[in-house]
Amino acid sequence: MTAALAASLSSQGHSFLSPTGVEIVFVLVGLAVLGAAVLTVSTSQLVHAALWLVVALGGLAIEYLLLTAEFIAWVQVLIYLGSVVVLVLFGLMLTRAPIGRSPDADSGNRWVALGLAVVAAGTLVTLVVDAFRCTWMDLPASGSTSVNGSTQANGEVLFRYWVLPFEALSVLLLAALVGAIVLSRRHREEG
Amino acid sequence: MHLAYPAVLAALLFCVGLYGVLARRNAVLMLMSVELMLNAVNLNLVAFDVWLRDTLHAGQALTLFTITIAAAEIGLGLAIVLMVFRTQGTADIDRLRELSEPPADGLPPGPTGAEAGPDDSDTASPASPASPASLTGSAQGKAGAV
Repeated sequence: MTAALAASLSSQGHSFLSPTGVEIVFVLVGLAVLGAAVLTVSTSQLVHAALWLVVALGGLAIEYLLLTAEFIAWVQVLIYLGSVVVLVLFGLMLTRAPIGRSPDADSGNRWVALGLAVVAAGTLVTLVVDAFRCTWMDLPASGSTSVNGSTQANGEVLFRYWVLPFEALSVLLLAALVGAIVLSRRHREEG
Repeated sequence: MHLAYPAVLAALLFCVGLYGVLARRNAVLMLMSVELMLNAVNLNLVAFDVWLRDTLHAGQALTLFTITIAAAEIGLGLAIVLMVFRTQGTADIDRLRELSEPPADGLPPGPTGAEAGPDDSDTASPASPASPASLTGSAQGKAGAV
């Protein structure tokens, strides 16, 4: 039965046993991303956690590139690596995070959290692998003109079909900006 | 490409972020873990958009929206954390318990008391039965002074 399954799969040109180069690169970068993410949530040096977050988010940008979503990849680099990590580093500095090791970086309920995360990971991975066992994506060829993640395709779709959410999101960003300014004002009248 | 690779990576990344949110004590580190979880969702959206070949590009458009909302969220979150740090002098979430329910007097410790018990012993206070009452008294005194 497995031979028949493998034959039927290889007849479509897909097989687990012969991964393509894109898949190998994806898995390797994915391992790097996971390792950086685990170090982000487990290191006891707070500034190093922010720098490992840079590695994880940059690796995710590479994954987007491998999935042919190049516009998303550059937006990820610009916004996450460019602004969010800088904001986090500013937050760490303004809250006077210790530079060296801080032994109390982890809460007391970390073992409960670890158990919960392992249970959730087991459930999700089992479910996902079982659901998408025989599902393959057809990535467009690199030379084709209509790559579905290009800036042109994204821009056309975004300003033709998604204009209203886009504008609502700009209002939300303005509200967040005003809210952040109001929250971080130093002097208030009533003290 | 097999769809299971990005899906499994996203699931594992989400669970790493979940662990970080639950286990970290510093509020800024908790926000970083929230970013990890949001990125896992983004990876899922992009992978399913590429798989389904949606003509509206719903996955990638929603990924852009999620990235924008994440930027707004981290800005507001850091502003809140900075304000808490200025008023309370700490960014440790375990020590911010002024809004926690005081244990009811005269009643046996219910579920809230059992919930607050291990945390009180965790913050290096002796786990004596008098300590919750003294904490409550000081909190009430502080609230009265303000």
